[in-house]
Amino acid sequence: MILKPRLEDIKIIFFYLGKIMIGLGLVMVLPALLGLALGEVNPMLDFVLALEVTLIFGLILTKLCATSKDLNWMHGMIVVSLSWVVAMILGAIPLYLSGHWKSFLDACFDTMSGFTTTGLTLVCDLDHLSYAHNFWRHFGPFIGGQGITVVALSFFVKGTSGAFKMYVGEARDEKLAPNVVDTARFIWFISIIYLIIGTLSLGVAGIFLGMKPFSAFFHGVCIFMAGFDTAGFAPQSQNILYYHSFIYEAIIVIIMIAGAFNFNLHYQLWIGNRKEIYKNIESKVFLLSVSALVFVTAVGLQQMHIYDNAVILFRKGFFQVISGHTTTGYMTIYAQQFISEWGNFALVGLICAMAFGGSACSTAGGIKMLRLGIIFKALKEDLKRIILPEKAVVVQRYHHIKEVFLEDKTVRAALLITLCYIVLFGVGSLVGMFYGNSFLTSLFESTSAAANVGLSCGITNVDMPVGLKLTYIVQMWAGRLEFMSIFTLIGFMVAVIKGK
Amino acid sequence: MKNKVHSLRFTVYSILFALLTVNCTLYTFCYAQIISSSELINNAKEYDGKVVTFEGEVIGDVMVRGDFAWVNLSDISNAIGIWMPADLARQIAYTGSYKSKGDALEVAGTFHRACPEHGGDLDIHALSLRKTDAGRLIKERVNQSKKVYVFILLGVLGLAWILTLLKHK
Repeated sequence: MILKPRLEDIKIIFFYLGKIMIGLGLVMVLPALLGLALGEVNPMLDFVLALEVTLIFGLILTKLCATSKDLNWMHGMIVVSLSWVVAMILGAIPLYLSGHWKSFLDACFDTMSGFTTTGLTLVCDLDHLSYAHNFWRHFGPFIGGQGITVVALSFFVKGTSGAFKMYVGEARDEKLAPNVVDTARFIWFISIIYLIIGTLSLGVAGIFLGMKPFSAFFHGVCIFMAGFDTAGFAPQSQNILYYHSFIYEAIIVIIMIAGAFNFNLHYQLWIGNRKEIYKNIESKVFLLSVSALVFVTAVGLQQMHIYDNAVILFRKGFFQVISGHTTTGYMTIYAQQFISEWGNFALVGLICAMAFGGSACSTAGGIKMLRLGIIFKALKEDLKRIILPEKAVVVQRYHHIKEVFLEDKTVRAALLITLCYIVLFGVGSLVGMFYGNSFLTSLFESTSAAANVGLSCGITNVDMPVGLKLTYIVQMWAGRLEFMSIFTLIGFMVAVIKGK
Repeated sequence: MKNKVHSLRFTVYSILFALLTVNCTLYTFCYAQIISSSELINNAKEYDGKVVTFEGEVIGDVMVRGDFAWVNLSDISNAIGIWMPADLARQIAYTGSYKSKGDALEVAGTFHRACPEHGGDLDIHALSLRKTDAGRLIKERVNQSKKVYVFILLGVLGLAWILTLLKHK
């Protein structure tokens, strides 16, 4: 028998949702101030309007549903899954008001793409977008990459038990510090340190490349936020092709890799445990996977004879594979070139890179290195069991911050989430094919959306069917939250309707 | 009389034929001259190494690098990087952004599908440049209805905040 949720459950959920809305409203002050400082009056008004609406809803919810009770697992999961939908709708208001998005759905698509650090976009005439709106596009991934509820956890949530449940709901289950609120604060601390270093590097590089100082630093901060948070948005329509610079690309590669690494690994490096980077299973799998996929992509590109020079072939292939593998989605070629020039073999290499993704507990999406490593170790263990005598005791270990013995439940969890991702990639591909796209292009775009990558082969555009836009929105949402909180939300809704 | 009619008819047909030929030639000539970004990107192999003419608005920064400069030209569908001598780039007065409409340029140059000189980027190396339309600053008109809504919602927000305080008391 399914139990109908009590009014108290709904109050707790909406109370915390209200808190997250207040947090979201307060961060909208930043683009509004930028608009004011730069004399962009209409964009400033867009953000003031949006933050007023967000704060009104937030205040009303926290007032009507005021409670002192802490969250249980179900509440935490539902708050997280709903908060991403609410953030998408409220965050889309200033974008839609700018007039650069054809419909509110398109604005929602870009907001979800930003918060989930995907990077697919439906913006029109990006090159004439205001600084305030452009900042918001890049600031969204910075909030979403760290985790929307991590933002709220850092400032608004007092009870650490409930906070941990929300933290886990956002597909993060690794505590860097003993306390989850301290963990959230460390994530912010490390991100802001990198933000300063990354912005300075890109800003100075931009000035040397011939950009005006303000423009160079604005691009620097935007590219850093969308690069470190593996989103792949850029202030200009040409994406990274705009800069025409090897140095700029090299800095971006470093930022993308840093963003795709586990925050726990950053923490270990921060406390001086540098050996961890060589021993960690995720770093090893990442290195192996990148090497193999760069090779596959290079072979594919060689077959197509686009890049005659080996250095150029490596530069283009390596950048795109790193961009796909870290799930950033920055591009140094045009979307159409993937189809018209890259050939199927190179595309398959890139699709695999996107599907594998970055590290667990990072801003990256995809299946994740840790899960792939665990599955590989489990396979190795089973093979050993077959080969060795029956009486032999076979034990597998892996190193992830500490030495861990491989347990069946860990393998089961890794396989289940991997299976969910494969199903999600498949469903998106089917919808893409339903709308008349080829299998490979549909799979490419679907993997890009579900693994929160943002590389596009041209399917994502303002004229694509509404059904496909909605499919990609759901894929981005489900892929970012890694399913569990969404399954809980579905279960909760069923209980509300059918429960007794 | 019959010969005269024949002669007149022949003259009319000749003129019509000549007009048609000129029209067709001009039509073909014009379309061979300016090629859209989509056409260039989608058929890059076909145009690789050929001299093409591309027209678009200057967007973003003019990035001077030594004696040359990168200028990005957008024809709405896509923007393409143009590598040109810095002297040519000095003609550019406005670049497209939120506050300005960039100069419109017609550039004739060599198209590269994967430029060996610039890391495999798809670009055009300009040979000549012509400003077809001057850019300008865009004066922002403040949307009055947005202003009104801002004040109304500010009142509602203040009310909601006061109510929250009352509840707490």
